[in-house]
Amino acid sequence: MTLPVTILSGYLGAGKTTLVNAMLRQANGKRLAIMVNEFGDLPIDADLIEAEGDDLIALAGGCVCCSYGDDLIAALGQMAAMVPPPDHIILEASGVALPAAIASSLGLMPDIEVAGIVVLADVGQIEGQLANDYIGDTVVRQLKAADVVVMTKGDIAGQGKAAAAQAAVAAHSGDAAIVEAVQGKLPLDLVLFPARVAVLEVGSPHGNARGLVTQVDTPTGRIDAAEYARALAERPDVIRAKGHVQTVDGLHIVQVVGRQWELRKAPHLAPVGVVVISLTDTENPARQLQPEGA
Amino acid sequence: MITIYNARKIITMNPAHAHTTHVAVRDGKILGTGPLEDLAGWGAYTLDTRFADKVLMPGLIEAHSHLMEGSLWAYTYVGFFDRMSPEGEMQKGCKTLGEVIAKLKEAEAKITDPDAPMPAWSLDPIYFDNVRVTRQDLDQVSTTRPIGIMHASGHILNVNTKALELAGLLRTGVNHEGVPLGKDGMPLGELKGPDVMTPVSPHVGFDRDMLACDETGMLRFGKLCVRAGVTTATDLANKLPEEVVDLFRDVTARPKYPTRIVSLRYHHGISPEELIAHAEALKPQSTEMLRLGKIKVVVDGSIQGFSARLRDPGYFNGAPNGLWYISPEHLAYILENALAKGIHINTHTNGDQATQLVIETMTAALQKHPSPDHRFVLQHCQLADAAQFRKIAKLGLCVNLFANHHFYWGDEHYKLTVGPERAERMNACGTALREGVPMAIHSDAPITPLGPLFTGWCAVNRLTASGRTLGEADKITVAQALHAITLGAAYTLHLDQEIGSIEAGKRADFAVLEDDPEEIGGDGLKDVRVWGTVQGGRIFPVADL
Repeated sequence: MTLPVTILSGYLGAGKTTLVNAMLRQANGKRLAIMVNEFGDLPIDADLIEAEGDDLIALAGGCVCCSYGDDLIAALGQMAAMVPPPDHIILEASGVALPAAIASSLGLMPDIEVAGIVVLADVGQIEGQLANDYIGDTVVRQLKAADVVVMTKGDIAGQGKAAAAQAAVAAHSGDAAIVEAVQGKLPLDLVLFPARVAVLEVGSPHGNARGLVTQVDTPTGRIDAAEYARALAERPDVIRAKGHVQTVDGLHIVQVVGRQWELRKAPHLAPVGVVVISLTDTENPARQLQPEGA
Repeated sequence: MITIYNARKIITMNPAHAHTTHVAVRDGKILGTGPLEDLAGWGAYTLDTRFADKVLMPGLIEAHSHLMEGSLWAYTYVGFFDRMSPEGEMQKGCKTLGEVIAKLKEAEAKITDPDAPMPAWSLDPIYFDNVRVTRQDLDQVSTTRPIGIMHASGHILNVNTKALELAGLLRTGVNHEGVPLGKDGMPLGELKGPDVMTPVSPHVGFDRDMLACDETGMLRFGKLCVRAGVTTATDLANKLPEEVVDLFRDVTARPKYPTRIVSLRYHHGISPEELIAHAEALKPQSTEMLRLGKIKVVVDGSIQGFSARLRDPGYFNGAPNGLWYISPEHLAYILENALAKGIHINTHTNGDQATQLVIETMTAALQKHPSPDHRFVLQHCQLADAAQFRKIAKLGLCVNLFANHHFYWGDEHYKLTVGPERAERMNACGTALREGVPMAIHSDAPITPLGPLFTGWCAVNRLTASGRTLGEADKITVAQALHAITLGAAYTLHLDQEIGSIEAGKRADFAVLEDDPEEIGGDGLKDVRVWGTVQGGRIFPVADL
């Protein structure tokens, strides 16, 4: 059995820790192992922590967080040897680490499979970082390695900035999907299997800031869920959507894949909110997510 | 109890009193130097004449080494150059790959446990026309025992087939630039860079915490120091967990331990906040023989490993720029907090861009926390140019230049890594001193052998192994070299009030020499014979090791 590892990269302050916490909140029974370089500014929200050791923190729902310090390979071996083993490892690389180098080192380990590389970019900072004499080339190398680039903190930076930042990222990120996240709100699967989120190119050149946007829609009040789901499915830019909405019949799960949509009663209480993944470029809706497993 | 030693010559490094013949010692400290009649006033004394035909210098200081040098001697040495073991056995250099294999075979035959791994060290194929050593080469030594040879640079590991098998790498489909493959699609046995070395090195017997050193290694390190005339040596990168600190305190406190150890806390693996807190907690655990509380920050990689950060025009062979081992933000945090708290920082920068980052970060940090006497040290600082040295001087920084590097890898730097012009300015001791930068020079043992007099010879002559003189203008004089390995080094360690010269009030630390380094001249500096040392008044003859 191989253990999938997602490499989470991005320069200091890009929001890796926020994303990790959001992923833990969505884990939903999946046993995630989070590996961080060090516990410095305690990376995990306090309410998720069940017990703390020197380099291992036990988290709610069977998840763990461990620091790997200067021996990533040994720490990975320990994670893989846990009983029961984690379902997935999210490896938070240090701000100056090169994720491609980490991925190729992981490739040397038996029973470890790299699920992909997610690189975070702070909308307000990324252009400055790319232009920085010292770290610009490091950030470029991080972006080049990405399967998915997550634009973070766009709400702070503002929409105008977001477009420019995305263009700057797209100039280096090749085929990677570019998605937006605010407060780490992203579907967990996107982070767990970034390599499967490869975007199909249909004759369009790279580097024009086309990509994916992930937003969370929170319809207020009790709504007609069928009408809501159909409207999403009919939008040419929407690729996928999933979440909870409130109806007169109680909480429902809405799921949209392309033109297909589906409704069912929610088995548990959950906050209202639908994650919507859409194309930034509605003129060219041919780009879509490759199905999982492709 | 006062002992007065007379010597053929005492080189004091105290300019007011540069040369003399007698030194009076009480309780491990120096009472004074001068003619016997000047010292008799201290009271009853014993005149010890055993150094009557020797030359005394201040105990030499190795300001950048690793205690690991001592641990490595448990393994087979297969370097190109002759190298003295701690026990005084001159190990002949292996001049061909065939000699390497023969030496390994001989050592292998002596290992009784058939499964025990066999580590060896200091291979350097650049001296064998860069022939690539393969697993099949090492399979000639054994196909059943895992074998690994660390290269002299520390950046490459060669292993045999058995080692690859144990590490799960004896397969096709390995896709890593640090793992070259043979025609059969299987790894050749060469592992380049720490990322690929670490998963395999435990299988060949290289302990993960080798950097931390063990008791035997420490004892051997002490012997090497006596052989080199060294009485104070640094251990430049240690994680210093409690058990290591306990071991160091124990061993260095022994009456027969000959070396004062200055061990630095390595930045890697913990947060900057924890690093500062750990250094603060370590400092009060210092003893007379063990100094703690300093920090080593590794900023970039190595030049020959192409992982150093270079400014324009980059690597001579077009390799992409190297790696940062710390973010500029974390570096700034550490420098600022260390200035505020009086913690001494040593930054490893090999490439000139890494040096520039430290210069700029330090400029800003000093504006926040002005500090007239911080003496932070740029370690290696190999590619700094004159403008950088001017800045370094203005900021109150010191440098510890890697003079030995020139000899061992200067030819490679000239041909491959940085090209002729910048190879000539590497480790620019002359420029550093002209620009007024406080300077030490070092071996980085075990990367190159521990031996400050040899290091001084390297800085004076700037010769490469092939005999090329690299950087005529950056040669220094013998006097400057002797200063760099005594008082200059002491200054960079904030220890110049205690050691580095032979004068009243300082520790009675002497290098006892058979030859006079001032007389023997620049060409002969490396050949000065060491009789032994005096450390804190205790006498350590090489002959008794």
